[in-house]
Amino acid sequence: MWFMRSESARGYALLSPTLVVVVLGLLFPLLILTTMSFWKQDYVDIIRTFTTENYAAFFEKKIYYLILYRSIRISALVTLVTIVLAYPLAYYIAFHVKKNKMMWIILVTIPFWTSYLLRVFAWKVILGYNGVINSGLISLGVISAPLEFLLYNPTAVVITLAHAWAAVAILPIYVSLEKIDRSLIEAARDLGESAFMTFVRVTLPLSLPGVIAASLLVFIPTVGDYVTPALVGGTRGIMIGNIIQSMFGKALNWPLGAALSIISMLTVTLAVCALLGATRWYRKKVG
Amino acid sequence: MADRRAGTNGIGVYAADGREDVVVRGARRSRLNGFGVYAVAYLVFLYLPVAVLPLFSFNDSQYVTFPLKGFTLKWYYALADSQGLLNGFWNSVKVAVSVSVLSTVLGIFAAKAVTRYRMRGRGGLIGFIMVPLVIPEIILGISLLITFSLGGVALSLVTVGIGHLLLCVPFSMLVLISRMEGFDPSMEEAARDLGENAWGTFWRVTFPIIFPGIVASLLLTFTISFDEFVLAFFLCGTDATLPVHIWSQLRFPEKLPSVLSLGAIIVVASTIVVFTAELIRRGGVQLTPSRL
Repeated sequence: MWFMRSESARGYALLSPTLVVVVLGLLFPLLILTTMSFWKQDYVDIIRTFTTENYAAFFEKKIYYLILYRSIRISALVTLVTIVLAYPLAYYIAFHVKKNKMMWIILVTIPFWTSYLLRVFAWKVILGYNGVINSGLISLGVISAPLEFLLYNPTAVVITLAHAWAAVAILPIYVSLEKIDRSLIEAARDLGESAFMTFVRVTLPLSLPGVIAASLLVFIPTVGDYVTPALVGGTRGIMIGNIIQSMFGKALNWPLGAALSIISMLTVTLAVCALLGATRWYRKKVG
Repeated sequence: MADRRAGTNGIGVYAADGREDVVVRGARRSRLNGFGVYAVAYLVFLYLPVAVLPLFSFNDSQYVTFPLKGFTLKWYYALADSQGLLNGFWNSVKVAVSVSVLSTVLGIFAAKAVTRYRMRGRGGLIGFIMVPLVIPEIILGISLLITFSLGGVALSLVTVGIGHLLLCVPFSMLVLISRMEGFDPSMEEAARDLGENAWGTFWRVTFPIIFPGIVASLLLTFTISFDEFVLAFFLCGTDATLPVHIWSQLRFPEKLPSVLSLGAIIVVASTIVVFTAELIRRGGVQLTPSRL
């Protein structure tokens, strides 16, 4: 079967430039990042001898641990809110829209492609002390003094991120709903299930792969976000991304920043494994 | 629509094509049910925040507050005088053009490889190329920053471009894979059998068919790179791109209206570009042998 081998060899040859880019641009830098996390910052110099000091600092200083915990909690909440808001829309497009499904998908996707920084900035302008909501409500006479709870807190971070990542959640859920064999739903209805129970026992479990994919696609990147907390989070909304960023800026401690990045990635990986494990357990229980 | 539902008896019946509503009660014909209302409200939630930028960019006031003070174009005129902004704009254009072309070329190779050749570990390799999409951008940014710094590579637009390439290649590949899966490989085989060489086959058969995918890939990756902030922030050194320039302006309240007008332009331009790209990509007629 010489041609088979040569066929796959040509495939690898075509794929190799892209693989080289990802190896050199992602894998290699991640190895360097890991290495640096075991080095040490001495004022402006970096001392290249092996030390676990940075990791010890994470466990000794409560602040890093608390902020990472808060980031995970905020991201989990963002994921939950985003998916709960996105699911009915995906459901609507998959089951209720007859014509122009594509137009709906495009409409939902467009905001995702436009500048992330500007979308976050827009929320800052909207939620601000003298912002759009406050000044709007005051000029309408609904409130007499600005609402202070709108900006610079974790809630503002959750709202902004749920908006920013909406499309990422809708698409996989929509795809999994669209794939469902309609005769299964029909069968459940014919056998006497109510519309609601049909949804709970047929549609929802069958769309679970999309929901899981959406959760991961929202949760993983938002844990490391620092633009949103920096613009709308205030001090109570600071997340681990802000700390990491400061290590490469004002705080100037690259090795500690590297260690915090590695710890965050490992924690996120663990959280993801826990989620996947829970779903598998649930599937076994149901199926 | 109504005639297909004529036989419903209130229990819930599906049309023969099996694609009707989950619950089709006899009398309900209005398309705007609870879900419809929700869907419209959701779109408002998606678009309203962004609509704030253009609205207040024409407002004749230093502050972004209601009530609106009056119409003005002065914030737009102010943009033209800002040297930092123009530099940032051209830097972003340079990076975005280079990245979109490179990324699309790599995407064509990769998509061709995974759709046309049987390869061991195909799924794993595609997954590997997608990894940059699920890693927080800040981690991509700092690991590249550290690598360039240890390797003695000065930060510039080139280093920004390398970072953006990582983010853009997966999108190019996905867009082009779906395009290549949509057409019949026997057309390529026919060209080969009729005596075209590999390049001739690509140029005269494959390229025209995947052309909409290529255009969509160029437009989408241009937008991603042009709007990208986090990687550029870590990797641009002193060559600020437009988003990095905007970030630096956010600290100054007196610059706010100008940022609004700039933001309005970017949002409108991005929307038009992406809308075009998506129409081309998703709406493009799928060629079948009978149409050729």
